[in-house]
Amino acid sequence: MSTPIGQPTVPPDRDRGGPAQPLLSIDGLVKHFPVKKGLGGRPAVVRAVDGVDFTILKGETLGIVGESGCGKSTTARLIMGLMPHDSGELLFDGELIGGRALPWRDFRAQTQMVFQDSYASLNPRMTVEGSIAFGPRVHGVPKRQAIERARSLLARVGLEPSRFAARYPHELSGGQRQRVNIARALALQPRLVVLDEAVSALDKSVEAQVLNLLMDLKQEFALTYLFISHDLNVVRFLCDRVAVMYLGQVVEIGPADTVLASPAHPYTAALLSSMPSMDPDARTQVAPLAGDPPNPIDPPPGCRFHPRCTLAEEVCKGRVPPLAPVDPVHRVACLARQPGSGHSAAPTLSVAA
Amino acid sequence: MSRGIAKEPAVAIRGLKVVFGGVVEAVDGVDLTLERGQAVALIGESGSGKSVTLRAIMRLNPERRTRIEGEIRVAGREVMTLSSRALRALRGREVAMIFQEPLLALDPVYTVGRQITEAIRQHEKIGSEAARRRALQLFERVRIPSPERRLDSYPHEMSGGMRQRAMIALALACRPQVLLADEPTTALDATVQIQILLLLRELQAELGLSTIFVTHDLGAAVEVADRIAVMYAGRIVEEGSARDVVLAPHHPYTIGLLRSRADGALAKGSRLETIPGSPPDLAARPPGCPFAPRCFLAEDRCRVDAPPDVVVATGHRAACWHTEAAHAAFQGDRARLLEAAV
Repeated sequence: MSTPIGQPTVPPDRDRGGPAQPLLSIDGLVKHFPVKKGLGGRPAVVRAVDGVDFTILKGETLGIVGESGCGKSTTARLIMGLMPHDSGELLFDGELIGGRALPWRDFRAQTQMVFQDSYASLNPRMTVEGSIAFGPRVHGVPKRQAIERARSLLARVGLEPSRFAARYPHELSGGQRQRVNIARALALQPRLVVLDEAVSALDKSVEAQVLNLLMDLKQEFALTYLFISHDLNVVRFLCDRVAVMYLGQVVEIGPADTVLASPAHPYTAALLSSMPSMDPDARTQVAPLAGDPPNPIDPPPGCRFHPRCTLAEEVCKGRVPPLAPVDPVHRVACLARQPGSGHSAAPTLSVAA
Repeated sequence: MSRGIAKEPAVAIRGLKVVFGGVVEAVDGVDLTLERGQAVALIGESGSGKSVTLRAIMRLNPERRTRIEGEIRVAGREVMTLSSRALRALRGREVAMIFQEPLLALDPVYTVGRQITEAIRQHEKIGSEAARRRALQLFERVRIPSPERRLDSYPHEMSGGMRQRAMIALALACRPQVLLADEPTTALDATVQIQILLLLRELQAELGLSTIFVTHDLGAAVEVADRIAVMYAGRIVEEGSARDVVLAPHHPYTIGLLRSRADGALAKGSRLETIPGSPPDLAARPPGCPFAPRCFLAEDRCRVDAPPDVVVATGHRAACWHTEAAHAAFQGDRARLLEAAV
């Protein structure tokens, strides 16, 4: 292991804006997919991501939670540039991604992604070592150096290089494959790692091992994580802040401890109480929400959550709630939490304004 | 049915062994009793043999590649020796199964209503009108909105939660006594999962079903099951009431599972307690306890002699040489947790 992993490939002047500037700012991100309903049917639009704004601070872990179809994975793919977005702005450390100062190629050298399906995301015809070394080689690292780095990364994620480097993906277990994917993501020394349900397919005991590994790596390599998951327990454990998405929009964002302990949005509250209780003496008696998450093709007017919401009133059907602060670090999109919104449960205007 | 049969447990499994391809011992000596009207959860990680055990009850494992030993009795009848005709009568009529992925389990080219009426008419002499009425009742029972219209839907036209409800309706079509559920909520979203779990619990109580529920999620098991059996490497390592297993576990593996849950961590940033290593290769089983290589209490004896089934309390057993030490370790954990909370 002659090359320390910390040796830079990209010039070390990467931190431009200083610690206070967000690593990633997303502003008004939109992605619609055109679809046709039925045979020769009328065209429709899936509003997968419909106006998402948030920032990821340097060195933090931001969690995104939500049910299938809420747009959390699409958001991740848009950030990575795996598909073009329709509108909105993505700024990485103050620079427009894809702009002149930060072309996609340079951005991708600083941002990596780990997917849920550990097998599908590895090339089955490439050895583990080859897969990890591939990215650095594309970005101009000499072969020998890339292989050396791959081996030291394998050792770092807990897979002994002499045993595992020459193996193919099908010769590994799911947990081992996900470690390889993590090593591959780190091979380019990224600043931001997007983890899209990266531990969801693993068995519980393996999941715990990988979560520990992720925490260690974050500290060791000064990483920033965007952690997408549907498991609130894992998010609470790992994340500093959490964003809750519903039908293509962020409905609540704030510190994980606050949002998951005293949620301000009724949807967040419903997600929390949908978790099995783990206490045989206090089983869940009533399901907090009825029905399935609605289809993002025709989202309801007004607040998108109103047809399933326990707090819904007439005003919710007509007005789209803005994502407004309840305190400086915690924002929520719910009329019942906004002074002067016309919702009967809304706090009074006088203090806040 | 005669009285003698009615007293037999719904399902009784003795010494079940399932070997695939002559080498992979997927299930290695499972004893399990399901009393009538009870719900048992089989918990375990992938490869622990829980689904294979479940499938063995209906003899769904591929017959040519599988060697099965042991005894499986369903409502007093020996399943292993049934003729294929008797087996057809058993499947669906007395024992029904729901699967993890309804989109794969339902036939894509027939409407759901047609699949249900077909199942009913396969087992009962009944007209198509009456069968459809019963299908409609079932749809109402599992609370599918606008059931009349939904009977004429194809599986792909339904949402995930509704498909799972339709599959439950299909499983209940012939009023079975035993319901086998293989990870029925794993593919569902959290808010839908809890609805399906509550529906299963309600149906079970109302229809007096005996249920075996396979899952890897301890939380889901606690929500529906009266009893929990924890499987590891093809064996049941601990079995008891849901309360006993979750609140007073006596097997190091169960304790490891409880510890490694992210909600059990002391604080953010603290490390999760993990079970080191990975499950053994089922084609080359080590002697002694299969969990020994990963166990925090293992000693030389564990690697040589298979542990006995220790009855730690009435109706609570654990297969371990060190049940008391394991339990003490768990109690120590809880004490520390309480201390940290104060």
